[in-house]
Amino acid sequence: MDWLTAVQWSPYAAGIGIGILSWFTWLISSKPIGCSTSFARTAGMIEKLFRGKKVEGKLYYREVKPEIDWQWMFVLGIIGGALVSSLLSGDFGWQWIPGKWEMAFGNNMWLRFFAALSGGILLGFGARWAGGCTSGHGISGTMQLAVSSWVSAICFFIGGIAMAHIIFNVIA
Amino acid sequence: MKAQTKKIQLVWGLLLGIIFGFLLQKSGVTKYDVIIGQLLLTDFTVLKVMLSAVVTGMLGLHLMQNLGWIKLRPKAGSWGKNAVGGLIFGLGFAILGYCPGTIAGAMGNGYLDAITGGFIGIVLGSGLLAAVYPSLNAGILKKGYFGDLTLPRFARVNEWIVIIPLSIVLTLLLFWLETAGL
Repeated sequence: MDWLTAVQWSPYAAGIGIGILSWFTWLISSKPIGCSTSFARTAGMIEKLFRGKKVEGKLYYREVKPEIDWQWMFVLGIIGGALVSSLLSGDFGWQWIPGKWEMAFGNNMWLRFFAALSGGILLGFGARWAGGCTSGHGISGTMQLAVSSWVSAICFFIGGIAMAHIIFNVIA
Repeated sequence: MKAQTKKIQLVWGLLLGIIFGFLLQKSGVTKYDVIIGQLLLTDFTVLKVMLSAVVTGMLGLHLMQNLGWIKLRPKAGSWGKNAVGGLIFGLGFAILGYCPGTIAGAMGNGYLDAITGGFIGIVLGSGLLAAVYPSLNAGILKKGYFGDLTLPRFARVNEWIVIIPLSIVLTLLLFWLETAGL
């Protein structure tokens, strides 16, 4: 059972596994692999705690109901699956500053916190603008040959590659 | 019965998600360094994982659809929605260093920048989009609308005329990455 405790698999083995998993999400649940809608539902549920039922009347939340659904449980499962995998391999560890970030910007926790926060805001905003993320468009949509998903996935990487080069080759 | 089916589907969601999280973590993409390495074009793990998933998934899903087992639902879109939203996503992707799926995996991996700032940010950004959605929806999200178009329908050919060559091209691209030592 060495494969269970390995720190890293071949990217092809993991990728083929994800492809096969997508067959089963469709067969069992009639759902594509996806993640970002659940963050929007979470935002709606949190807003509901403060502003009550009227949140459900907002145009966006009429289309994306602020409630726990299949995908929300799926995303919760991701946390659990990654936890199990990293515990089995001993790769689990509390870490504030990723290595590449530390090399460029040092180990100030707050700098990394606010970068992650602002990056997260753009990411969440962009994902819901585009109607999907690296999973929903990048994997599930492209395999369905959807034009919307190929356009999105290509733009994710154009924006990402450009910004990463600005961050690491211009700013840093 | 209906309520029970829904509950069972929630359990399936959790179980299938656990497998996805396991595979993401084992592939290495729950790590900031791996994702940034991809965006800096020095580490191609993300692309290798994604393309092998896409080829495997594409072949299986379309075969299952031909057999009448499943009905695929390609998402509708437009240039204003997918190109503009995609670019905004990309900027955030590079600043955060995780995406919505891999951040869930990063949280399970113990990464505190993901658990705190990253997670809060994505929820805030999603809520912000929900707040401005009515005006976007009346304008830019409809610009250059093409609906739930697929590549085979765009090219007016049978889907396998796209699937087979695309699988070969993507597989060759992966072989090329390996021979180039990337």
